[in-house]
Amino acid sequence: MNEEHILPIIIVGHVDHGKSTLIGRLLYDTKCLPLDKFLEIQKSSESLGRNLEFAFVMDCLEEERSKGITIDTTQTFFKTSKRRYVIIDAPGHKEFLKNMITGTTQAQAALLIIDIKEGIREQTKRHAYILSLLGLKQVCVILNKIDLVNYSEYKFLTLQKETTEFLNQLNIYPNFVLPISAIHGENVAIHSQKTPWYKGPTVLEALDVFDELRVEEKSPRFPVQDVYSIDGRKILVGRVEAGKINVGDSLFLLPEKKQVVVKKIKKFLQKASTAHYEESVGIILKGRHYVRRGDILSGDLFPLISNNIRANLFWMDHTSYNIGDPLLFRCVTQEVSCRINKIYKKFDPASMELIEEEAPTIGEAEVADVLINLDKEVVVDSFSEIPEMGRFVLERNGIPVAGGIIN
Amino acid sequence: MDYLTKLESKSIYIIREAYYRFKRIAMLWSVGKDSTTLLWLCRKAFFGNIPFPIIHIDTSYKFPEMYQFRDERVKQWNLKLIIGRNEEKLREGMGPDQGSKLECCNELKTNALKLVIKKYKLKAILLGIRRDEHGIRAKERYFSPRDSQFKWDYENQPAELWDQYQSMVEEDEHFRIHPILHFTELDVWNYIKREKLPIVSLYFSKKGKRFRSIGCVPCCSPIDSNAQTIDQIIEEIRTTKTSERSGRAQDKENIYTMQKLRALGYM
Repeated sequence: MNEEHILPIIIVGHVDHGKSTLIGRLLYDTKCLPLDKFLEIQKSSESLGRNLEFAFVMDCLEEERSKGITIDTTQTFFKTSKRRYVIIDAPGHKEFLKNMITGTTQAQAALLIIDIKEGIREQTKRHAYILSLLGLKQVCVILNKIDLVNYSEYKFLTLQKETTEFLNQLNIYPNFVLPISAIHGENVAIHSQKTPWYKGPTVLEALDVFDELRVEEKSPRFPVQDVYSIDGRKILVGRVEAGKINVGDSLFLLPEKKQVVVKKIKKFLQKASTAHYEESVGIILKGRHYVRRGDILSGDLFPLISNNIRANLFWMDHTSYNIGDPLLFRCVTQEVSCRINKIYKKFDPASMELIEEEAPTIGEAEVADVLINLDKEVVVDSFSEIPEMGRFVLERNGIPVAGGIIN
Repeated sequence: MDYLTKLESKSIYIIREAYYRFKRIAMLWSVGKDSTTLLWLCRKAFFGNIPFPIIHIDTSYKFPEMYQFRDERVKQWNLKLIIGRNEEKLREGMGPDQGSKLECCNELKTNALKLVIKKYKLKAILLGIRRDEHGIRAKERYFSPRDSQFKWDYENQPAELWDQYQSMVEEDEHFRIHPILHFTELDVWNYIKREKLPIVSLYFSKKGKRFRSIGCVPCCSPIDSNAQTIDQIIEEIRTTKTSERSGRAQDKENIYTMQKLRALGYM
């Protein structure tokens, strides 16, 4: 096994379609569930008068167990013979959508689970739409509870076709569609004898096929997080969000477009000549420059520098938004007051239908194509080019209320 | 970049983000392996000079080795140490045998911390909890708001998208900030090994026993183990069938004790 690699995956789908149960099952079948935890779950299931509830591995709040629902997103670790995984369980209820979105932003691949008896439901659609919007394109579809339809190949093929067509509309092309029974462990870790017509992979095998996010060589982006003064020298601290930076590199300080040169790269107790992608470091520039948090060191002048940004966003808050209300735009370390000036279109992700053009408001769980007007210029990239610089959060009175993607 | 450096970079990013937001900030150090790892990450984030105080909540029931280790590091790393004790309850004789363990943890840990937060008017506390330790901790955010009563509103946590953490709290609220939430127990040991971090001797086997998780003497039991080096500990954790906190009495009292403790503000 390669312990170096951890792939974060999220399990999404409609309420009661079996997300938490599948995770519990995966942990149990791969022996990643410690014995004392197993006994605790057994005890808890019995005290509620139920058979062994695999869902309790993830749902450990008292309210979650007694009501049989997942309230908040949970992350757990698990491993196969190939690599380690972080599995993120997301709640299926619409009321907990912001928890589902929180989970999705941490994942690199997704399992979409559908109860084969119930088929595609409201949250199935909404979750698929959010995966697509957030650019999570690595998806496997799990058709669960095959035991409840007598392991019927016909039922499987029918729903497989319907699901694939629906996902393709969203630009999602699933790697596999699998028939499983999470509760009985059919096609989870081992191939089921009861579905001899199914020749595809088990859930474990399907997971191991997911790719890890590939880091391509891109032009560097270093958003300044803070400026520390140590021994009379100014150190710009932050994290490399794209590419890499070497001592001696000539970069642009944005938004001013001033040219600067990297004099030193600072790491604690280490001599360094390079700062890699995703690394938190300190940078000392040649000469004197006025630098603040939110400034961006960039290898080129391709980023968009503007105080008007068009973007797709999803609204997470219970209270809806009215055009013109003040918000705070946060993208990497940039924070600028803003307002939405125009709502070109808005959609209901559950029905995938256009609700309104030129709308005056955006409500909870709606997705909209908008124009954001900012009090000063910000530096952004297209999400497909440099994801870290092309996604943002909007806050209202200090509370995150929406997330967005710039295309 | 190797995976330990990735974990480290994320933690350092969060620590710097926390310090940028809150100048009234401190780090909670239990002297155990996780918060000692966090302490090291704080040193890295500020190139050796941590600009905020380090709090040790002293229940008076800690192992002598822990007090010794604490005082050595304070000197070696030039730390500003705050010792937090619930003196009133200690005078009254509070201990794990007086009433329930839940009550003892709540008084000597949680309420002792409340006193420190009040005295120093802290708006944020860095803590070394990890998701894989306990199902309840797996539901935590990196930045987790608490009200003045320390209540954790786990049914209504803020959204936390990508690396954007909620930045504002009400006047009487504070943030719990968890920079090593994404480390596993194994990651912590691999990191300690790589960084050659000093660690309390209780973690190493003596006479066939060692502690896998440390806290107060009366509520911690050692496990059977012959692991005398970090490499042997790593090998042991890789193959074990029991969970990390199986030796911690307060988790055992009732299935939901940990949830109740955390809802009351337990770390």
